[in-house]
Amino acid sequence: MIVNLIDYLHERLQYVAYSCYLAMAIIVVWSMTVDTSHAHTWAEKMIPGFWGLFGLSSCAIVIMIAKWYGNSGIQAREDYYDN
Amino acid sequence: MTISFVHPALIMIVGACLLPLVRGPFRKPYMFLVPLVTFIDVIYLSQHAGIYGIFQFMNWELTFGRVDRLSMIFGFIMALMAIIGTLYGMHVEDEWQHVAAWFYVAGSLGAIYAGDYITLFLFWEMMAFASTFLIWARKDEEALAAGYRYILVHTFGGVVLLLGFVLRYQATGSLSFDQLNVSSPELYTWLIMAGLMLNAAVPPLHSWLPDAYSKATAIGAVFMCAFTTKTAVYTLIRSCSGFEVLIYLGVIMAIYGIIYALMENDVRKLLGWEIVSQVGFMVVGVGIGTSLAINGACAHAFAHILYKGLLFMAAGAILTATGKQKLTQLGGLYKKMPSTLVFMLIGGLAVSGLPLMSGFISKSMIITAAFEAHLLWAAFALLFVSAGTFLAAGLRLPYLIFFGTNNCSEETWEKAEDPSWNMQFAMTLAGFLCIFLGCYTPFLYDMLPNTDAVFHPYTAYHLSETLQVMAFTAFGFFMLRRYVMPKETTSLDIDWFYRMGGRAFLWIVNNPLQWLDNAVGSFYKSVAINCLMVTSAFSSWFDWNGIDGIVDGTARCVRSIGRRVSIVLQRGQIQQTIYLTVSFAAVLLVAYVWL
Repeated sequence: MIVNLIDYLHERLQYVAYSCYLAMAIIVVWSMTVDTSHAHTWAEKMIPGFWGLFGLSSCAIVIMIAKWYGNSGIQAREDYYDN
Repeated sequence: MTISFVHPALIMIVGACLLPLVRGPFRKPYMFLVPLVTFIDVIYLSQHAGIYGIFQFMNWELTFGRVDRLSMIFGFIMALMAIIGTLYGMHVEDEWQHVAAWFYVAGSLGAIYAGDYITLFLFWEMMAFASTFLIWARKDEEALAAGYRYILVHTFGGVVLLLGFVLRYQATGSLSFDQLNVSSPELYTWLIMAGLMLNAAVPPLHSWLPDAYSKATAIGAVFMCAFTTKTAVYTLIRSCSGFEVLIYLGVIMAIYGIIYALMENDVRKLLGWEIVSQVGFMVVGVGIGTSLAINGACAHAFAHILYKGLLFMAAGAILTATGKQKLTQLGGLYKKMPSTLVFMLIGGLAVSGLPLMSGFISKSMIITAAFEAHLLWAAFALLFVSAGTFLAAGLRLPYLIFFGTNNCSEETWEKAEDPSWNMQFAMTLAGFLCIFLGCYTPFLYDMLPNTDAVFHPYTAYHLSETLQVMAFTAFGFFMLRRYVMPKETTSLDIDWFYRMGGRAFLWIVNNPLQWLDNAVGSFYKSVAINCLMVTSAFSSWFDWNGIDGIVDGTARCVRSIGRRVSIVLQRGQIQQTIYLTVSFAAVLLVAYVWL
């Protein structure tokens, strides 16, 4: 059942992608209507979709750091320690 | 009212000792029953808060059963995890793994209910030693080496803890395991904290965790991911809450763990790094120390044990079926292991804090507590890590194992299948609880130690915040996923110092020290022995020719004088002899009288 569902979605990848974009748009639009009086900083109140931007930039930054750090010599060959 | 106190750890210990004797058809029911009885005992105790099991040992009073709200919630989740973990491992024939696992659980429960440092230390070491056998049970060379590293690191931690509480005993005369004075820390405060911190895998004392958990057996890792670090979080809450340095260490830990998780190729090592990162949240909570933060740390530990247990169970299912745990050797497995996919997704989404999942209601308490304590930097750093967690455990991990490029060898693909019924049942139980905790918040919130802190996770603002972060992180992952593809590498970490340090020590012993030893040996052979021979030859010659010569010469001399005397004086004529004798006596007499 799960396999069939995944295969079904896999065949319609374009639609899955569109519905994901739609969901993102709905979330952002909805977030603008939410009461921000409990927000902690001015940025959350002033910038629409602040947390969306925060999520995207966090994702990009953490990938960049991991990539840079790994390439700086931290990622060694697999048998580095022999055990 | 007096109640009969039976320590839950005692049930597990007796159960573990009898386990090898219970065989055949009785084994499985027995294995289910013992953790269940322990769990019932824990629930019974939670209804009867108080101090039990006090024993006098030499000059000290040992408290085995301190039952309050804090020990209750941790005891509850540990006993529950013991049931789930035992169910998961029920198919394993090797009874010594179960014995080790149960002793390990007993150690954890004993540490949780301990009221003084000696009792804590006893159970603390029991945990360390029992869990080492869960690594060694894998029986390959890597596991053997990892087990030795694990036990050495934990023994070091135990010694630091011992040193800390002995110094404290000397200074204060108290052994009670209570809140330390963290506003003016003494040397012993730091030592106790460092000892406890090592078990919580706080940097720089964290490297043992991903190393050991990735080498343990499938069921060993399921137990290990729950007990050591969370028991340590409990002890930190008990003794070091409000210790400001823990905020900084916790944030470093959360970020550090997630970056290593993103670089990792080994599934269970990745999950180990995730633990480091998630325990970072709890450590921040302990460092903040407000009622809400402590509640958050407890709630997050509770939720964490379940979803991380679930993730390790799913990873263990893959390892058991295929024998592989490297991302570069897996991929596209959804067709062969669909149930495992579902369980891993539930675990991954729960750790990421998706609304209606356990992580959502626990992690946010700590972040809110950080905002309320005006620690904006810490709160934003933890939110940053939340996005990273979703990326590493909620997206990258299931994507690379179950979708993505199929890197499975033909043999791996053939062998891949969903696990046995007991493993699936245990995963269902853990998965259900992950969702149940998220949907029905009072279940967890009513157990939290500080009843004065009120928290409502399901506000519109919090929901919109979380959904935005998660949606855009997912978007970011699909845009940038080629940068986080697994590589056949190992990530160097602080353990480099002791692993390579150990080798350097071995090299020094094998090369310069060995050379010195050989040099001393050959010097001795060539010079000292020769000297000795020459000296002894001389003394033998001297003895023969010198001393013996003098002695013999003296004897010869006396003999020849005697002969001469007898030739001159004893000629055989009696008159002459009498004359000489009397004359000699007269000379002597005159000399005596006159002189």
